[in-house]
Amino acid sequence: MEGIKIHLKVNGQDISREVDPRLLLSDFIRENLLLTGTHIGCEHGVCGACTIQVNGDPVRSCLMLAVQADGCEVKTVESLIQENGELSHLQQAFSDNHALQCGFCTPGFLMTLSSFLEENSNPSEEEIRKCISGNLCRCTGYSNIIKAVKQAAQTVSN
Amino acid sequence: MKPAKFNYLRPSSMEEAVHYLSEYGEDAKVLSGGQSLIPLLNMRLSTPKYLIDIGRAEGLSYIKEDGESLVIGTLTKHTEIEKSELVKGKCPLLSEAIRWVGHEQIRNRGTVGGSIAHGDPSAELPCVLTALRGEIVIVDVNGEEIVSPEDFFLTYMLTSLQPDQLVKEIRFPRIKPTCGSAFVEVARRHGDFGLVEVAAVVDLCEDGRFSDVKLAIGGVNSVPTLLEDVERLLVGKEPTEEIFNEAGDLTMELVEPESDLHGTAEYRRELSGTMVIRALKQATDRAQGGRVM
Repeated sequence: MEGIKIHLKVNGQDISREVDPRLLLSDFIRENLLLTGTHIGCEHGVCGACTIQVNGDPVRSCLMLAVQADGCEVKTVESLIQENGELSHLQQAFSDNHALQCGFCTPGFLMTLSSFLEENSNPSEEEIRKCISGNLCRCTGYSNIIKAVKQAAQTVSN
Repeated sequence: MKPAKFNYLRPSSMEEAVHYLSEYGEDAKVLSGGQSLIPLLNMRLSTPKYLIDIGRAEGLSYIKEDGESLVIGTLTKHTEIEKSELVKGKCPLLSEAIRWVGHEQIRNRGTVGGSIAHGDPSAELPCVLTALRGEIVIVDVNGEEIVSPEDFFLTYMLTSLQPDQLVKEIRFPRIKPTCGSAFVEVARRHGDFGLVEVAAVVDLCEDGRFSDVKLAIGGVNSVPTLLEDVERLLVGKEPTEEIFNEAGDLTMELVEPESDLHGTAEYRRELSGTMVIRALKQATDRAQGGRVM
C-alpha cells in the first residue's frame, strides 16, 4: 500500500507527510513528529493516556488513524507550555499540588482538562470528577489532581 | 503499527460509499468515528482488505424533525446529540442516555450510525431505539430500506446489515410532552460498558393509571430487548410499590444474562429487576411532575 499525503496543523505548525493509512495518529505524533509527550497506554480507548485535542476537542489519539486527521488542527501536550518557556497554569497547578507521581498519565489528563477549563472556568468537584473519568491514574488516587484543577481554575479566574 | 494492512478508501458522498460497498463489501469495513472499529483493528480482531472511511462523506451529519420522529444522520457525533436542544425538547430520553456513552473523548468522535451498526448489546443507543420502537434507515445501490430494531439486532455484535449496505440515518420517535422518561445504567465506572441499562417511557391517564409504557433493557441479553410483558402488566394499573415490584420480578424471569468478567448471571438478573424498578419510578415521577426530564 502506498502512502497517503496528509496536511495538518500540529501545535500551530503546518505539517505535510506521506503516511501508511494504517498508521495510528498516536504513533504518527510520537514516531514521525517526535512529539513524545503524548503517551500510549492501552491502545484500545480505555486509559486516556494518549488524549490530544483535534479541532479543540479532546480525543483518543490511539483510536484515530493519522489519515483521519488530514486537514485537522491537532494539539498535543507540548502546546501547553507558554511562549516564555514557563509552565501553563494547569501544569504549574499539577506540580504545586503533587498531582502526578509517575507522570505517565499526566499528558492525557492535561489535554482533557485544558479543553474542559476553557469551557467551564469554575467547575464543581463533581464536574471535575466526571471530566477526568476517562483518564486512568494509578498513582494519585485523583484527590491531588482535583486540587490542582481547582487551583488552575482559580488562577485563571483571578 | 497495530492494524493489519488495508486499502484505504475515502468516499466524499454517500453514493460513492455505497458504490464502494457494492464492489468491495465482502472484504470491506466501514469506518465512521472509529471508536469501536479501531480497537478491533488494533487488536487485529478485524483485518479488512478495504477500509471505507465515510468520515468525510458530506450530508450525513444532521439532527432534524420529520413528522413524529427525530431523524439523526449516521455521522452525527454523540457530543452533538448531547448538546442538541432539539433532542432535549423532543426526545429527552435520548439526551439522558447519550451521557452514558463512553467518555467525553469517545463521544467527541463516536457516531450514532457507528454505535447502531456495531450492535453491541450493552450500548445505550440501541436500547433507547428499541424502547421507542424507532427505525433504522439502510441504503445500498438499489435504494433505501427501513428496518425495525428487532429485525436489525440479531445477536452479539451481529446485525442484519449486509456487506453492501450502509446505515444512513436513525429515526427516534419523539416523546409526547405528557410522558415521563428515564434512562438508568450501572457500569463499573461511568463511561464504561453498562452491566445493565434500562430505558423507560411512561404516560399516565388523568386518574393516575398507566396509559402507556415503553420499556427496554440492555446488557443482559444478546440484543437490546423490549420488555413487552412488563409493559402489558403495567398498562391500566396504578403506579404503586407493589406493581413496581411485580414489574421487577417479571423482568428477572424474562432476562437471560450470561456471566462474564464483570458480573455473574445471577447478579445481572437481580440487577435487571432493580434497574427496571428504578427506571419506572423515575419516569413515573417525571410524568406526575409534568416534567419530561
